Amino acid sequence: MTTVITAILILFGLAVVFGIILGYASIRFRVEGNPIVDQIDALLPQTQCGQCGYPGCRPYAEAIANGDAINKCPPGGQSTIEALADLLDVEAVPLDAEHGEEQAKTVAFIREDECIGCTKCIQACPVDAILGAAKQMHTVISSECTGCDLCVEPCPVDCIDMIPVETTIANWKWPAPAESRNLIATDRGRGALQQQEAH
Amino acid sequence: MGKVFAFHGGIHPPENKKQSTRTPIRTAPLPKQLYLPLQQHIGMAASPLVNVGDRVLKGQMIAEPVGRISAALHAPTSGTIRSIGPHPVPHASGLESDCIVIESDGQDEWIEHPGLEDFTQLEPGALIEHIRRCGIAGMGGAGFPTDVKLHLGDDHIVNTLIINAAECEPYITADDMLMRERAHEILGGIRIISHLLKPSHIMIGIEDNKSHAIHTLESVLKGCDLNIDIRVVPTKYPSGGERQLIQLLTGLEVPSGRIPADIGIVCQNVGTTAAIYRAVHFGEPLISRIVTVTGDAVAQPQNLDALIGTPFADLLEAAHVYENKLYRLVMGGPMMGVTVEHDQIPVIKTTNCIIAATVDEMPPAPPEQPCIRCNMCEQVCPVTLLPQQLYWFAKGREFDKAKHHNLFDCIECGACAYVCPSSIPLVQYYRFAKSEIRTEEAEQRKADHARERFEARQARLEREQEEKEARRKARAEEAARAQQARKNGEVVATATAAAAEPAADINALKTAAAVARTKLKKAQKALEAARNSGEGDLQALEAAVQATQASSDQAQQALEKASTGSAPATATGADVKQLKTAAAVARTKLKKARDALKNAEDKGLEGLDKLRATVTTLEQKADEADKAYKDAEAAAGSAETPMSQPAPVDMKALKQQVSIMRTKLKKAEAALEEVEGDARTQAEQALEALRQRHTEADKAFKAAEQAQIAAAAAQGVDLKQLKIDAALARAAVTKLERALAKTEEAQERTSLEAELATARDKAEQLNQTLKQHEPA
Repeated sequence: MTTVITAILILFGLAVVFGIILGYASIRFRVEGNPIVDQIDALLPQTQCGQCGYPGCRPYAEAIANGDAINKCPPGGQSTIEALADLLDVEAVPLDAEHGEEQAKTVAFIREDECIGCTKCIQACPVDAILGAAKQMHTVISSECTGCDLCVEPCPVDCIDMIPVETTIANWKWPAPAESRNLIATDRGRGALQQQEAH
Repeated sequence: MGKVFAFHGGIHPPENKKQSTRTPIRTAPLPKQLYLPLQQHIGMAASPLVNVGDRVLKGQMIAEPVGRISAALHAPTSGTIRSIGPHPVPHASGLESDCIVIESDGQDEWIEHPGLEDFTQLEPGALIEHIRRCGIAGMGGAGFPTDVKLHLGDDHIVNTLIINAAECEPYITADDMLMRERAHEILGGIRIISHLLKPSHIMIGIEDNKSHAIHTLESVLKGCDLNIDIRVVPTKYPSGGERQLIQLLTGLEVPSGRIPADIGIVCQNVGTTAAIYRAVHFGEPLISRIVTVTGDAVAQPQNLDALIGTPFADLLEAAHVYENKLYRLVMGGPMMGVTVEHDQIPVIKTTNCIIAATVDEMPPAPPEQPCIRCNMCEQVCPVTLLPQQLYWFAKGREFDKAKHHNLFDCIECGACAYVCPSSIPLVQYYRFAKSEIRTEEAEQRKADHARERFEARQARLEREQEEKEARRKARAEEAARAQQARKNGEVVATATAAAAEPAADINALKTAAAVARTKLKKAQKALEAARNSGEGDLQALEAAVQATQASSDQAQQALEKASTGSAPATATGADVKQLKTAAAVARTKLKKARDALKNAEDKGLEGLDKLRATVTTLEQKADEADKAYKDAEAAAGSAETPMSQPAPVDMKALKQQVSIMRTKLKKAEAALEEVEGDARTQAEQALEALRQRHTEADKAFKAAEQAQIAAAAAQGVDLKQLKIDAALARAAVTKLERALAKTEEAQERTSLEAELATARDKAEQLNQTLKQHEPA
């Protein structure tokens, strides 16, 4: 009988000690903020375009951390969705067309003859990439532009164009090698031959 | 001869070098046009120093380096700058890049180019700057600006200088021929580099298939005071790779992600060494190089001393190309070179070979077959990577894993693809993966940068908001304080028993009268007390009271006189505002009195007559005050009107009014929907009235607008404003058009169309006015 009581007392004592240690640790080593939000935010393209329906990339990161869908970011495209799926260990889904389609990278360009200097685009730009002052011509610092096209709508004279980024030697990429022809019929899967015949 | 080590892997492809070493180096004919790409290496593009139409002399600097890693560009011959713009350049992408195009005048006239008399007397910095000004860049592979490498002695201890003469790639014999014919230049260059870097040991690495070159070098080095070793290495591809050669000669491996200088070694190509010699001793910038023109499709494979910028077509012609046999044009060697589509691509500082291959020589790549995991690629990889593993990762787009398997240590030598029995284009996969990773990293950098900017902007906006809030608070407090002060002032004024009057002495009089009254009261009280107690000098007291009474009366009279005197003065003083307040106060008083009267009448209280009288007097007073106010206003109005300009119509106010009307109208309409029955007709009437008012306001606004436009047009003053208006109108039209294109509902469409028509009219009108008034 005494052994049982001793065992219970020892276990109880251990439970109390560990409880105290854990309780202390949870206060002492508390993590400020949600680290997963930072990780998600690091994967988002930071165009701050708001196409996801949130006012910027960080709010969307917070929303994802709280369980929102990961396929609402058209500028990031499929690669961002895959990276997010990888991080959060969820299924990668195709981009939600409701929020826009994945488009080629663009950069804003102000037709300077037509600019009236209203500063509306400057106020709209989330990354301060437009230079100008009231009643002075504005221009886009193209190296800072994220191509979010938030400046296009507010322009009262419609003088902002989104120009696709040109491929130069500096940003040219080696193309992926052509998809190999699978000479062995079994490599193509069972339906492949019949499909070919149908065509 | 020292010990020679070995590196892992390597292959022995057919050499094909004999064809082009049969004849000596020949100077290529002067081309008609030269194309000089501004960027021939990694780093920054050079910045042009000449303009289109300028005449340049041979050796004149035409573009200067920008930043640390950049090389200068010189005119290879005399002539005229034809254009500066995009032209196909030697690059795997086949894209165009900015080039300076020189049309040669055939005279090949040199600019004055003094060499350095004794470079050993010169400061190392000045000597390196001279080499930089001569545009010397690595002529073996990547075209890395040489001056950067020569600076390595500043922050590294360099104990070994390796001169790369291996030239391991098949077909290429440019360095071989250079060593055979210009060995003394190479030795001169080594002297200069050794003077700058002060290595304890110099090695020339050369493959054993160049016996002629080895022989020449040995004879030149005889009696040389420098500690130079010629190390003959076995022929094996890619022994000419910088890291492979270092391993062969020293047995040391350059750590991943580091440069050879980190282990005390600097490597220079023989061609670069000769170029340094010519730059230092003769002041000749790097304007020409030896190019091997070979392949089965040329009749005379040979080495040509070609000017930088010579189009490939000219060199092929010099080597008598068989156009019909030419199947593929390769720039560089068969292992690492790239196929080019265009024969107008120019020779640049790194072009060591042009292969005009027939279809038998370089047949199209056989189809890629599945990897059988034979492991042959791993056995030949000179960097001891796992090529097939990298292939799977690249194919599956698992770039992170590829990176962890040291993809970036791959030198793209092509040995793995050469031995692959499944003919998998492995190097293509690695290049693809590398550029994907680089792009991703660049995008990540850009995203981080954008995040920083976004956060900075957010912080700024927040700060501005806070500042604004603080200012607003301060203003509110100020206003509250002012109000408090005003209130206090009023209390004081009422305590002195009258509303503030304009003249200052009235106040004084008032105080005097009040003081007199107080004195009188005190005296009266004293008299009363004396009477009650029956003590003291009653008579004296009475006299005092009378005296006080007299003075009090006097003061009161004076005050009244002053007040009546000042009243008209105030009225004419045009203080209309005050009068207005007075009138309002009078009216309020009257109203209150009336209310009191009514109350009293209702309740049948006493003192009705008195109240009635008060009301009548108040009525009179109110009327008077009203009248005075109106008179004053009229007077003020008549005084003001002629003075002011024909009042500019307050467009903004009008516009606001119109919009208010519109909102009201809309609200009323909305309300009408909900109301039913009797109230409905009433509401409808009200709505009708509102509508009328709205149309009136609208009309007034439009008329004002028209008038304004007309006035502006008549005066022709505000052209800028007019332009802006016109631009706005045009933008409105385009926006409407876009909206129209998007909407599909018929009803919405008609309304949009109507809007569009008016917008167009307006834009048209504005445009015409603008045209009329624009300075001809």
